[in-house]
Amino acid sequence: MPKSQEANEAEASQAAIQIENVSRHYTMGESSIRAVDDVSLTIPTGEFLALLGSSGSGKSTLLNLMAGLDRPTSGSILSGGRNLAELSPLELARYRRNTVGMVFQSFNLLPRMTLEENVELPLRLAEVERSERGARVQEALERVRLAKRTGHRPSELSGGEQQRTAIARALVNRPKILFADEPTGNLDSATGEAILTLLREIQASMGMTIVMVTHERHLAEKFADRLATMGDGKLLTTLDSQRSGDGARQ
Amino acid sequence: MKLRDMTELAVRNLREAILRNSLTTLGVAVGVASLVAMLSLGAGLQQLATSRLSKSGLFDSIFVTAKSNSRGPGSGPPATRTPAAKARPLDEAARAEITKLPNVIEVYPQIRFFTEVRFDGKPFATMVAGMPESSKLTGSFDGMQGKFFSSANADEAILQSEFAKELNTQTSSLIGKDLVLRYAERQALPADAAAAGAQGSGGFSVVPKEKHLRIIGVVETEPASGFGGFGSGRLLIPVLVAETLRAAQVNDLRDVVRDSASDKPAYMSLTVRVKSPSLVDSTEAKIKELGFGAFSLLDASKSLRIFFSVFDLLLGIFGSLALAVATLGIINTLVMAILERRREIGVLKALGAADSDVKQLFFVEAGVMGLAGGILGVIFGWMIGAVLTFATNVYLKRQDLPGVEIFAVPWWLISGAIGFAVLVSLIAGLYPASRAAKLNPVDALRYE
Repeated sequence: MPKSQEANEAEASQAAIQIENVSRHYTMGESSIRAVDDVSLTIPTGEFLALLGSSGSGKSTLLNLMAGLDRPTSGSILSGGRNLAELSPLELARYRRNTVGMVFQSFNLLPRMTLEENVELPLRLAEVERSERGARVQEALERVRLAKRTGHRPSELSGGEQQRTAIARALVNRPKILFADEPTGNLDSATGEAILTLLREIQASMGMTIVMVTHERHLAEKFADRLATMGDGKLLTTLDSQRSGDGARQ
Repeated sequence: MKLRDMTELAVRNLREAILRNSLTTLGVAVGVASLVAMLSLGAGLQQLATSRLSKSGLFDSIFVTAKSNSRGPGSGPPATRTPAAKARPLDEAARAEITKLPNVIEVYPQIRFFTEVRFDGKPFATMVAGMPESSKLTGSFDGMQGKFFSSANADEAILQSEFAKELNTQTSSLIGKDLVLRYAERQALPADAAAAGAQGSGGFSVVPKEKHLRIIGVVETEPASGFGGFGSGRLLIPVLVAETLRAAQVNDLRDVVRDSASDKPAYMSLTVRVKSPSLVDSTEAKIKELGFGAFSLLDASKSLRIFFSVFDLLLGIFGSLALAVATLGIINTLVMAILERRREIGVLKALGAADSDVKQLFFVEAGVMGLAGGILGVIFGWMIGAVLTFATNVYLKRQDLPGVEIFAVPWWLISGAIGFAVLVSLIAGLYPASRAAKLNPVDALRYE
């Protein structure tokens, strides 16, 4: 049953992201691959959503679409009242810069920069005044409990520390939504849990929406509010995790 | 992104691949150096040639003669002549009038006569020439023994070295000594005698006279003091002194033959020197308006300028070839950098860098390489010039010739070369920068 327009708009104003009938097709030679196939999903503000699925299920493609790194072939992605599919490249860059933060499986820190400089990078892109930057970087690093080793380069840090730096970098512009693509994929299970605990804390303290792609169901169940499972580009199921029952949802 | 942040990131990126970027920058530097060396050589030679030539007085001089009536119909249709353009004698009044014209430095007659000189009791025959004050600036007196005339009407003489050797093989010992100039003075006939004569004008008698002169210098060659200065004067005296001598000159004979329009003594010709060669044209026209014949060698200096323009152009083209090769080096380096930094570009875009930010980052990197290469290139080019000048002067010294500056690095060349290097580098950066900007962030992030 299609929803009425008013209901749609009301939902969109509360939702951090609202995906409607989104598809993303790639053409490889003569064949067309439907990486994301007609997906609709609403993510309320402040939710910690886990996107589950086997590799090739389309979960990362959907994340990239929501993060403004890619554009859908059809459908709309509403965030903050704007349809990402219709934004100009420059507006999309601003959306990535100011509204969202991204954390990757392989951290993607710039190897020749120190921790501090890596975290400062989004501030440079956002043209934040130099005088403000130091405090903002410090604040972000304290939030991930890495305020000490700021002069080190990424290669001198452990995987967990690198991922915490990446989270600090994602937070430094105070985004509304944090996207995490397999954030624990390169970490041992204890460190992975520590990282997700940290994300959970940040979500609670900053009132942030978090969308995490993972294939580790037990971690998703433990930390996320809701699990969305994908297969063959389609959204198969969404269900509330056990956490949501005990009032963990903000 | 702000320019300062952009530049910091660019310099950081350049430092990261220090060897490759240094080599690329060095390539730009060599290109700029060759351009600077070539153009400096051109500028230096042009400066040398024009300064020598303008000093010589050939290109800032106008040769003025009385407009001759004897030329008949060849001197122009009478109908077009204004009254002022009527033939006038080139006399003292005319000289004063020409002297008053704007931009005129000096007006002097050509005075040279053959006469006898007594030195140390022995007679010597020689050609005497009057030297104007401005001939001091021609450069011909630069390497002389002794010094130039102390004033415009000093009773002093400068000897041409060949002649000086005839007087005494130790030419330096001549300075300070006196010699006696024996000459024939031209005296106008008394008025009654003139009246008695058939024509009355232009008649003169010749009276032998003597003049004591102090030798103050010995010079290698007589400077080419304007037109007619090519005759080899061997005893040089100030032109004012020469005028007071009123010595009979070779061309006086022509005055006798010719029907002179005035009773007053007239000049055969006057040489007018103006402030710069560019003023020759206008001054020449004004002199013609006054009713005299005027002639200059300006056309020759124009050809010289054309020659040097073409010469500079050719040197510039050869110099630019190396810079063109350096441009390819920049493109290559930056394209390599894109391949290497694909993932980094992806990260920057994921963090919110717009296409234009990425483009500008690569642009600034190209610009920084261009700037560094340009500055380095100017230094290299200057060093090449210094070595060339040094080597040339060593060679000239062996040939017993005075040293020259064949190399000039003017400010316009320094700033122009650096600016050109930056510009060329930016153009070289265009393609890599737009390629980097177009990278799809999802693909770039996936790249290992």
